[in-house]
Amino acid sequence: MSRSFSWFNLTSLVVGFAFLYIPILLLVIFSFNESQLVTVWGGFSTKWYVEMLNNEGLMDAAWVTVRVGILSATIATVLGTLAALTLDRYRRFIGRTAFSAMVYAPLVMPEVITGLSLLLLFVSINFDRGFWTVTFAHVTLTMCFVAVVVQSRLVTFDRSLEEAALDLGCPPVKTFFAVTLPLILPAVVAGWMLAFTLSLDDLVIASFNTGPGATTLPIKIYSQVRLGVTPEINAVCTILIAIVAVGVVVASVATRHSQIERDKAERAAAGA
Amino acid sequence: MAETEASAGPVASAREAAPPRRSAGRSWTRWLVVAIPYAWLLVFFLAPFVIILKISLSDYALAMPPYTPVIDSLSSLIEAFSEFDLENYWFLLSDSLYIQSYLSSLRIAFVSTVLLLIVGYPIAYGMARAPKSLRPMLVMLVILPFWTSFLIRVYAWIGILKPEGLLTVFLQAIGVYGPEDQVRVFNTETAVFIGIVYSYLPFMVLPLYAALEKLDETLLEAASDLGCPPLKAFWMITFPLSIPGVIAGSFLCFIPIVGEFVIPDLLGGSSTLMIGKTLWSEFFSNRDWPLSSAVAVVLLMILVVPIVLFQNYQKKV
Repeated sequence: MSRSFSWFNLTSLVVGFAFLYIPILLLVIFSFNESQLVTVWGGFSTKWYVEMLNNEGLMDAAWVTVRVGILSATIATVLGTLAALTLDRYRRFIGRTAFSAMVYAPLVMPEVITGLSLLLLFVSINFDRGFWTVTFAHVTLTMCFVAVVVQSRLVTFDRSLEEAALDLGCPPVKTFFAVTLPLILPAVVAGWMLAFTLSLDDLVIASFNTGPGATTLPIKIYSQVRLGVTPEINAVCTILIAIVAVGVVVASVATRHSQIERDKAERAAAGA
Repeated sequence: MAETEASAGPVASAREAAPPRRSAGRSWTRWLVVAIPYAWLLVFFLAPFVIILKISLSDYALAMPPYTPVIDSLSSLIEAFSEFDLENYWFLLSDSLYIQSYLSSLRIAFVSTVLLLIVGYPIAYGMARAPKSLRPMLVMLVILPFWTSFLIRVYAWIGILKPEGLLTVFLQAIGVYGPEDQVRVFNTETAVFIGIVYSYLPFMVLPLYAALEKLDETLLEAASDLGCPPLKAFWMITFPLSIPGVIAGSFLCFIPIVGEFVIPDLLGGSSTLMIGKTLWSEFFSNRDWPLSSAVAVVLLMILVVPIVLFQNYQKKV
């Protein structure tokens, strides 16, 4: 039985991962295509990368995107961590149900609704659309993802460490920074990275809330894609994929490393 | 291990003695921890919905912003209530485009969710049965595409599915297609299904994997020892035990797919009707903000049912 099953398993894994990776792989390969035609191989060339770097509109959009991403991810991480602490620690306060509903709803809320409703908010309070509106919109979207990531870490958190610090007279705020934060740091960092990539990706919410001088990379890519597939866009996409891939690999190695360190420390503590 | 358990005793008793001092010191920080994210969500998540509801009840006007404000000041609030009308909603009902868009979105989301289950289940099953040491890597391989941009992944499929795209080139090269034949998938609903299944696959595979990985394999061994054929054992043991993953994955996919915009817009062309696309063109092309607000409110009302079901389900688990 096990042999036939493992054959089936192996096939489904190979086919499944091929399905997931071949499109991305093709995209990357054709970014090095000499030919203007995306589907005809004309030899290896990096000219589209040079072209991309000389495309001022594209570079401006990239710079806007990076600034929005860093800023919104940072604010979202602070807010999301606080939201996670609230959900994990405070079981009873007025409006807790409403609060948790508001934290989880954006995870599945269609982006067109979030984007449109935020735009209408900014218009009705006469807030000029541009860099800040996109940033605030992204904070609202991504803080919920941060909250979920951090909360899943807090669930397995050993509260006695915190209580020990408090019992020894450490003030609550200092306890948070000296004990709690270092222990949940991998989740907080993962949350920041998730928030950053979500912001880097977002087309719909940014399109609704953008304004003069705040064209993000996805908006730029989208407008060019509508005109047709070009190797230049392949080059931009390849760079983005490379950044994300390196980030994810570094993060996962770092988490594993800190996990090993933590296990070691716990073993040492148990031994002592 | 024994020592840590033993040391929990005095800490626990100290905890009981300490509360008055600590709760006093904690109260203001506690208040801030709750208040800051709460305030943010009230302003940037709840308030926009009130506004979107308000604007959906107002009339279209050639102005900037393109609607007549329903409430100018608090004093005119009562007077304003008489100005509220359901005109935009009546329009949604009277024009078959909108009803068709909603129905077509729900249908596409439903079919896609079923397709995702069919494609995702064998992958999740294979991952859960893989050697333990390989599993973290397989999970990362599933998550990795999810980290790369949605737009990029959809864009990658344009190059493949276009009539003169890579799939045509490939099929011509292996001789399935003649030099004149082309793949006629781009700008059809089939392309939308391919794009959706591709983009949402991690959302389906991960909950399924989480459920399947917990499965106790001795149950299957017992079944096979008692002469139960593998396929029957799967339907009687494995599948029922993976239901939580099936439900979680289906909700996680179905709800956002209903409002999907990028995939139908880039892969589906004009022939695919989906409400996210209709809302987008109502807003960006027709610039009718009140009507697009009404479209969003109705979409939200449709999705409230699965969203609430999902949240209740998550709470139970």
